[in-house]
Amino acid sequence: MRINLTSVFVDDQLKALAFYTDVLGFRQKNKVAVGEDWWLTVVSPEDPEGTELLLEPDGHPAVKPYKAALVEDGIPAAAFAVDDVAAEFERLRGLGVYFTQEPLQMDDVTVAVLDDTCGNLIQIMHTA
Amino acid sequence: MDEDVFKALADPTRRRILDGLVERDGQTLFEICSRLLTGPGPALSRQAVSQHLAVLESAGLVHARRQGRYKYHDLDTAPLERVMTRWIGPETTESTP
Repeated sequence: MRINLTSVFVDDQLKALAFYTDVLGFRQKNKVAVGEDWWLTVVSPEDPEGTELLLEPDGHPAVKPYKAALVEDGIPAAAFAVDDVAAEFERLRGLGVYFTQEPLQMDDVTVAVLDDTCGNLIQIMHTA
Repeated sequence: MDEDVFKALADPTRRRILDGLVERDGQTLFEICSRLLTGPGPALSRQAVSQHLAVLESAGLVHARRQGRYKYHDLDTAPLERVMTRWIGPETTESTP
């Protein structure tokens, strides 16, 4: 068994695609029309055959209050690995990205938490 | 009120939460939990940390602040000054009798 797909619920799929590709740097993999929505996935350019992230519509009535409660407490919906959290923090902040948690080093792990503009927080992390 | 401050400070985890807020004020619950994962003492569940925060808030040592969709926690040392000056006295300027 392998983890080949995981998802985040987004409030606007095309806005999410722009943020996850243009800002975070992922690459579109699949985009298939499903009624008015899309089956929409992105991958890391460093691992194009690797795990896909599904940008899933958050229209289900249970999803929005769930997302809002997590965001209020600063809890990330997903965590991504980067080479250098501090450098990525500076790069993304320069692009106008908002961080609820600036880089924090804990022993050999460094983490930060940003807002994906689609209703989720995302943690970035690296291990020294 | 003073009783609440002493009760809040009696617990080592709550003192560590305050230590973290001295390092960086305005933390989310998630950041407060993250910081407790390292250093001395046990790692705690989010629910346990929430309960500790509630004790600190009722003592007036921490204030929760809503900013947009986020909730941040700020340190307030005013209650500490109040309980300490009970014995050591407030800072007074030298006055010659």
